Amino acid sequence: MMIAKNDKISEIINGKRVIVKKPELLAPAGNLEKLKVAILYGADAVFIGGQEYGLRSNADNFTLEEIAEGVRFANKYGAKIYVTTNIYAHNENIPGLDKYLKGLEEAGVTGIIVADPLIIETARRVAPKLEVHLSTQQSLTNWKAVQFWKEEGLERVVLARETSAEEIREIKEKVDIEIEAFIHGAMCIAYSGRCVLSNHMTARDSNRGGCCQSCRWDYDLYKLDSGKEIALFDENDAPFAMSPKDLNLIQSIPKMIELGIDSLKIEGRMKSIHYVATVVSVYRKVIDAYCADPDNFVIKKEWLEELDKCANRDTAPAFFEGVPGYKEQMFGVHSKKTTYDFAGLVLDYDKETKMVTLQQRNFFKPGDEVEFFGPQIDNFTQVIEKIWDEDGNELDAARHPLQIVKFKVDKEVFPYNMMRKGH
Amino acid sequence: MKKPELLVTPIDVAHIRDLAEAGADAVMIGEQRYGLRLAGEFKREDIVEAVKVAREHNIKVYVAMNAIFHNDKVDELGDYVKFLADTGVDAIVFGDPAVLMTVREVAPHMKLHWNTETTATNWYACNYWGRKGAKRAVLAREINMDAIIEIKEHAEVEIEVQVHGMTCMFQSKRSLIGNYFEYQGKVMEIEKRKYDKGMFLYDKERDNKYPIFEDENGTHIMSPNDICIIDELEDMIDAEIDSFKIDGILHEREYITEVTKKYRLAIDLCAENREEYRKVKDQLLAEIEAIQPVHRPLDTGFFFKETVY
Ligand code: SF4
Repeated sequence: MMIAKNDKISEIINGKRVIVKKPELLAPAGNLEKLKVAILYGADAVFIGGQEYGLRSNADNFTLEEIAEGVRFANKYGAKIYVTTNIYAHNENIPGLDKYLKGLEEAGVTGIIVADPLIIETARRVAPKLEVHLSTQQSLTNWKAVQFWKEEGLERVVLARETSAEEIREIKEKVDIEIEAFIHGAMCIAYSGRCVLSNHMTARDSNRGGCCQSCRWDYDLYKLDSGKEIALFDENDAPFAMSPKDLNLIQSIPKMIELGIDSLKIEGRMKSIHYVATVVSVYRKVIDAYCADPDNFVIKKEWLEELDKCANRDTAPAFFEGVPGYKEQMFGVHSKKTTYDFAGLVLDYDKETKMVTLQQRNFFKPGDEVEFFGPQIDNFTQVIEKIWDEDGNELDAARHPLQIVKFKVDKEVFPYNMMRKGH
Repeated sequence: MKKPELLVTPIDVAHIRDLAEAGADAVMIGEQRYGLRLAGEFKREDIVEAVKVAREHNIKVYVAMNAIFHNDKVDELGDYVKFLADTGVDAIVFGDPAVLMTVREVAPHMKLHWNTETTATNWYACNYWGRKGAKRAVLAREINMDAIIEIKEHAEVEIEVQVHGMTCMFQSKRSLIGNYFEYQGKVMEIEKRKYDKGMFLYDKERDNKYPIFEDENGTHIMSPNDICIIDELEDMIDAEIDSFKIDGILHEREYITEVTKKYRLAIDLCAENREEYRKVKDQLLAEIEAIQPVHRPLDTGFFFKETVY
């Protein structure tokens, strides 16, 4: 068993080994509702984007008031909020930075995730209460570079997605700093921060959040031979592609915990609430189960199936388990349809009458088989019988977005539990 | 008027002589084990030779150590830096802070140039790396002329700008060409071609051809056009930008030498005889166009282009 030098990972308690250094589970949220769901479904911390200075300029981003509200909600659950401010700024982005960072500090966020030294030093100067975490945009791949940022006073670094388990172990051994690593979600196929395909192809600056995923497009590979263009593909071959499968490290969570990695991060500020809820709840269960009894831990099939219900691409473990080959890329396919849709959010449940009050999020009707899931319950399926609206009128279907409806559910459900439907 | 240094990337030691005669003030060399996307591969013995040739011609030698290093190479950085210091190279070009830390330890007087390529986008970051020990910052290619001049106005370090050649758009650690061959089931092809130069990706929608190649540092994809701003040097010379770079990667030696001659003339005229420069600059551009390989159209990069986000 590998044990990092700086922390005690496990202890024998009552003759049984348990994990005493439990990593933080860090989830993404694109708006307040997702933030709340992430925390209710088990995230220890949530990262969000503000209106400026973060990548993903086309995600719904938080206003300062929303950030403050998110922090108040998180505080009730002992959770933390980090704000991504990880662009590589241009000169024109400098005015306004002081004010923005002070605003984040006042809103009570725990820390910011940063790549540009401009933002690092400005935060230190004007908002010293903010922790500063180095973004994966810096593509940190070795212990000596980590040592540099430690000496610069940063609290935490997010490693490049290109680092392997063995490399992380060595970094942990040599440098005493918090390490955050990605466990799940979409990722760049380039070293982060070192791709400007979008700048060239569409005049959108990828390092300021304008990336249009040019790496997911198809290209034809040719070779130039004495001025002649020779195709390096046959007619039936799928075109050249560099689209990576999404990251999925569920099988590696035990190893990551034993390495002493401090924060396990899920990607996806642009992802749906259903995605956030599903992925967070699965990893919550995996981490808790492993920490409680690491030596008898097994990955349950239902966890893997659950993750698959919200996946819109095939997934793979990428660099953590070695350099990925062609099987960890997608050729000729771009995405797959998720097998389940998010159909409703539970608002209330009456134990006497077994009636659920639910907010519609997608079409469903009597006779449909649906599945409920959430932090307090084990997944179960239910065939829907009659559906009523708020005024007690019977409906032939729940077809209006966000409509409040009622129907009978045999097992108890709780507010913020979700209902999904296969298709 | 102060003239910027003319920095060029040679293909081999003999080429350094040609470039010096063509008017280069400095060359950037190195090997792919430590440096990114070089025009030629210079092992240690070549670097020793290169420094000798450079001394004869009174030009400078910079060595690239701007790779993204993983743990496996960290321990050998010190030895390489020491070798470079003993050989008397004029500066080391770095992106990874591990190199900066190593230079502090083993050769604290070595001059450092900060060059991550894509991330040098504001004057504050340039000065930050200056305070950490860099003497020069090499600006990102994706910023425009006004931003470059503004950075120079605020800079406490020398500023280097690429004025000619192709630029890198993408670097992945994955073996993307090899993976494609493997996906096609052409395992033989991998050995035969993986490290070939001369491959490109064709983008039908834009009718662009992007050079792509693999080496020890992963897969690199390059811009479809060569920057050429030989006719637009005035503002940067007036702003006293410190160094103009011609990147010769994936070009023939004669081409690089010819382009160097033309920029030498352009810089000298622009600094010493502005009227004459204005008279001949279009001609100089036309002369470069005339020797341009068919697959490499010229453009002005991001110098006059705005990006949104
Ligand atoms: S194009 Fe692809 S690799 Fe490049 S920044 Fe965008 S997602 Fe990342």
